Amino acid sequence: MIPALEVEGLGYALPGKGGRGRGRSLVQDVSFTVGAGETLVLLGRSGSGKTTTLKLVNRLLEPTAGEVRVAGERAADLAATRLRRRIGYVIQEVGLFPHFTVERNVGLVPQLDGWPPQRIAARVRELLALVGLDPATFATRYPHELSGGQRQRVGVARALAADPPLLLLDEPFGALDPITRVELQREFQTLEGRLRKGMVFVTHDVREGLLLGTRIGVMHEGRLAFLGTPDDFRRSDHPECRAFMAAA
Amino acid sequence: MQGIYGGGMSLLAFFARNSRELLGLVGQHVYLVAISTGAAIAIGVPLGILLTRRPAWRGPVLGLANVFQTVPSLALFGFLIPLPFIGGIGARTAIVALVLYALLPIVRNTYEGIAGVDPAVREAGRGMGMTDGQLLRLVELPLGLGVMLAGVRVATVVSVGTATIAAAIGAGGLGVYIFRGVATVDDTLILAGALPAALMALAADALLGLAERKLAWRSP
Repeated sequence: MIPALEVEGLGYALPGKGGRGRGRSLVQDVSFTVGAGETLVLLGRSGSGKTTTLKLVNRLLEPTAGEVRVAGERAADLAATRLRRRIGYVIQEVGLFPHFTVERNVGLVPQLDGWPPQRIAARVRELLALVGLDPATFATRYPHELSGGQRQRVGVARALAADPPLLLLDEPFGALDPITRVELQREFQTLEGRLRKGMVFVTHDVREGLLLGTRIGVMHEGRLAFLGTPDDFRRSDHPECRAFMAAA
Repeated sequence: MQGIYGGGMSLLAFFARNSRELLGLVGQHVYLVAISTGAAIAIGVPLGILLTRRPAWRGPVLGLANVFQTVPSLALFGFLIPLPFIGGIGARTAIVALVLYALLPIVRNTYEGIAGVDPAVREAGRGMGMTDGQLLRLVELPLGLGVMLAGVRVATVVSVGTATIAAAIGAGGLGVYIFRGVATVDDTLILAGALPAALMALAADALLGLAERKLAWRSP
């Protein structure tokens, strides 16, 4: 079976011309594979390169070294927009379109891909139900009429809309209050089991990482310092793993 | 000496006697403002959008538009007269000058409207695979429309006032009465030009304000 995501020797250096930090490497020699049904959690301190790594996968940043393959296809061979439509993307700030209803937000990628309207509507209802929002109540609402937790549910539904093989999540629950966060983490855990997608989940919250990850990758100064199962991570004597375990 | 009351009476009498000429001047005035504002939108909106894509051009372009604003309007009309193609006496020259004045608020507000869109919304759009054109059409323009329309509104209202000076280079409009009144020291004649121009500015302001409220998405 072809893995959802393969990353080999991925690197990103800032463009060389002028200014401070020129030519500096933000990500170096990162390699991992994420299969269907797997969730790789990227743990790391702020500035360790985890968000940059995500953006290199969906080419919001262009890698300066290495290769990315999504469901077996080389990311560099696809148009960036086509590549991104096959990758669900969830960010901490959610970024719902404030002038679209929930329904239009969730149906956006299918709309860009030219699905017929009835199929989009059916898909939107299915996804809202999947993330625990009653379609009859929420489809016609606007983002400002939702709570933070509801917004992020819509964000997840939107990322799943075109049934991508791969999902990238950048601290999706980071801005939520602790109670809502735990609620969404639990539901996300159920979703992981049902969806069988490849996921890369960025967080700096160790507990969240251990709860949701099938594997843990620890980013440190732009490199993947550790990669293993949650149990390996707990037992590891790598200083960065120890530091994270001590903080948990 | 005429009192204000007498002035008002003679103004009404003047309008009654010269209604056809008044209508003609109002028509010319509307024409000058509509054509110049339309052209300024046609140039200014794409230019403003371009600036959001080429941030390095922002300084020079807005700076140049600013310079046009600082030239006194009568002088700008005068400068344009000797120029080939766009110069000369008449409406064409006046329209060129009015376009130059209207550009700054329109370019600046188009830029600001789009640049003011929440970066997270833009990133989400790009991350979901929108092309730059789709991002612009589906997200940035609808969300920036309110600020853009506010720029058009300012440009239009200022244009109504500035267009009165167009009469000085033979472009017609309500300025004809004002210049005639100034030359003959006739308050009634000055008012006959100034009052309809002021009403026109108020009407344009109200109308475009209404469009702004109806069309633009506002952050709740």
